[in-house]
Amino acid sequence: MTDKPKIPAIDLKQLQFYYQSGGWQLSLPELTLHCGQHLFVRGASGSGKTTLLNLLCGITRPVSGELYVNGQPLHKLSSSTRDSLRAKHIGVVFQQLNLIPYLSVLDNALLSSHFAGQNKANSVDRAKTLLQRLGLQQDLWHKPATNLSVGQQQRVAIARALLPKPTLLIADEPTSALDSDNRDAFMRVMLAEADANGCTVIFVSHDQSLTQYFHYQLDMQQLATGVQPC
Amino acid sequence: MLMKLAGLSLWNRRGTVLMTWLSLTISIALLLGIDHLRTEAKSSFTSTVSGTDLIVGARSGQLNLLLYSVFRIGNATANISWPSYQRIIKHPQIDWAIPISLGDSHRGYRVMGTNTDYFSHYRYANSQPLVLAQGEPFAQVFDTVLGAEVAQKLGYKLGEQIELSHGVGAVSFSQHKDKPFTVVGILARTGTPVDQTVHVSLEAIEAIHLDWQQGAPMPGRQLSSEQTLQHDLTPKSITAFMVGLKSRMATFTLQRQINEFKNEPLTAILPGVALAELWQMLGMVENLLLLISLLVLLAALVGMITTLLASMKERQREMAILRAAGAHPWYLFVLIQLEVLLVTLLSMLSAAALLFISLYLLQDKLAADFGLFISLHIVKLTTLYWAGAILLLSAVLATIPGVLAYRKALADGLTIRL
Repeated sequence: MTDKPKIPAIDLKQLQFYYQSGGWQLSLPELTLHCGQHLFVRGASGSGKTTLLNLLCGITRPVSGELYVNGQPLHKLSSSTRDSLRAKHIGVVFQQLNLIPYLSVLDNALLSSHFAGQNKANSVDRAKTLLQRLGLQQDLWHKPATNLSVGQQQRVAIARALLPKPTLLIADEPTSALDSDNRDAFMRVMLAEADANGCTVIFVSHDQSLTQYFHYQLDMQQLATGVQPC
Repeated sequence: MLMKLAGLSLWNRRGTVLMTWLSLTISIALLLGIDHLRTEAKSSFTSTVSGTDLIVGARSGQLNLLLYSVFRIGNATANISWPSYQRIIKHPQIDWAIPISLGDSHRGYRVMGTNTDYFSHYRYANSQPLVLAQGEPFAQVFDTVLGAEVAQKLGYKLGEQIELSHGVGAVSFSQHKDKPFTVVGILARTGTPVDQTVHVSLEAIEAIHLDWQQGAPMPGRQLSSEQTLQHDLTPKSITAFMVGLKSRMATFTLQRQINEFKNEPLTAILPGVALAELWQMLGMVENLLLLISLLVLLAALVGMITTLLASMKERQREMAILRAAGAHPWYLFVLIQLEVLLVTLLSMLSAAALLFISLYLLQDKLAADFGLFISLHIVKLTTLYWAGAILLLSAVLATIPGVLAYRKALADGLTIRL
């Protein structure tokens, strides 16, 4: 049971979600990703990407079906348990403006370990290493987050997401505000760090050219066909 | 981290926070100030006279008698004749009596004619006797003993010569210039109207008015100080007198006997009862002031919540980031509560400082103009009650933006609606 490689990072079956007001509905028959396998989710806006991410993060609960993240039944857990699960096992990176403007770079990175309840001294050391590996040098650490370029800010967000050693890294169009040089550099460091931590990446974008970085892809318009290898 | 987040978030919005802080500081200072003033005024009032069982004056209301005899506010309607005074104080129950003769002033300070019994029997606060800081009680007719405030404000020293004015205004047109007085004693500070009084003997009051008639000097009949001493200076009348009894049991009996005194209409009052009545009258105003300051505080708190609510929109991104990093909606609620409590706490500290400084600056003026002796000890049990109540009220009001943040966090999830 506790043999780690056997527990999938994500395992979902017959996932259904719709709003009480009705109309629109999301259903995903099956999705299983093992640790270290990366998924590219493609879809236009309004296709339910955000809803899927909210479900995977444990912010919303599926109406029916089963959803396990790192073996934990997210569909059964209370909202506060899902919150602490998210803190420990799921890292999130947004499109842009990922950082709290009044906190320093280091403090922004440390937020996730704070909510995960991890030891502060260890976290600080790890955060510093992570930031350095992501190309953010020491002179930036104590600057306010707003002083950084967009590319640098996104890398701080990656550091924050990866700091608690999550099972899952969810990135919601993190490259859309970057130019192509920055984008490729970003993709490389993100995936390298994710691999180094044995973390599964779920990456949402409408940029078809990025599929080359991923093992699997999922098209929001054709959920019924499920996950396809790239 | 929570504390750091709250503090830095406030610092990030320092413009609006500063204004909120200012308005809260002013309103809390107002509330605490009014509360402080009323308790201080009350103790200042009630400590002015102590150990006196009855105050006797010409027939009038008890408040009027109390105000002019103790607080030197207002004027007597009529005098008591000297023979009546002499007759009453022969009563076997009377232990001591202090005659008081008012009506003159010195540069705005009231002059009180009395005798040396005043220095030995008058008590204030918790039965504290009057103490001479310098010199001794008056012995000669043209000697005077000054209250602490008079000596300090006018810079008088022992041996100095002063002139009295007729009437009680600060600027008087009829002076008793020809009969100067010598300062022979200065009283220690009491925190009561005694500090603002110029004390002379009853004979002196008689002497300076010898050559006066109907409140004006008689032309061509001026007498020098030396000449007046040749005359009989036994007073013809006094304004009021204070009485100490051998037994307190006799108070009401004696009060009735004085009120029914045949020779002239007199009123005897119990200072404690009169003070209580006076305080009751002022209590209305005081409660009204307190109510107004409470409303001002409420307005300031509502203002703070309004600015917080307005800022919630621009802070949606911040909240979403915290949520994504693993914050429970409760955490956001607590964060907002903490911000409110921090601002309130900070405002309370600065309000206390503001109050202390203004009291420090106004203390002398309040004492001189209103006879109110306000201490600088603003931290009392009631202040702590107020502080607790203010914190509680702000916490209750902060639940509005707090709950809003909580609900939005639940509803919006990771989406950021811009």
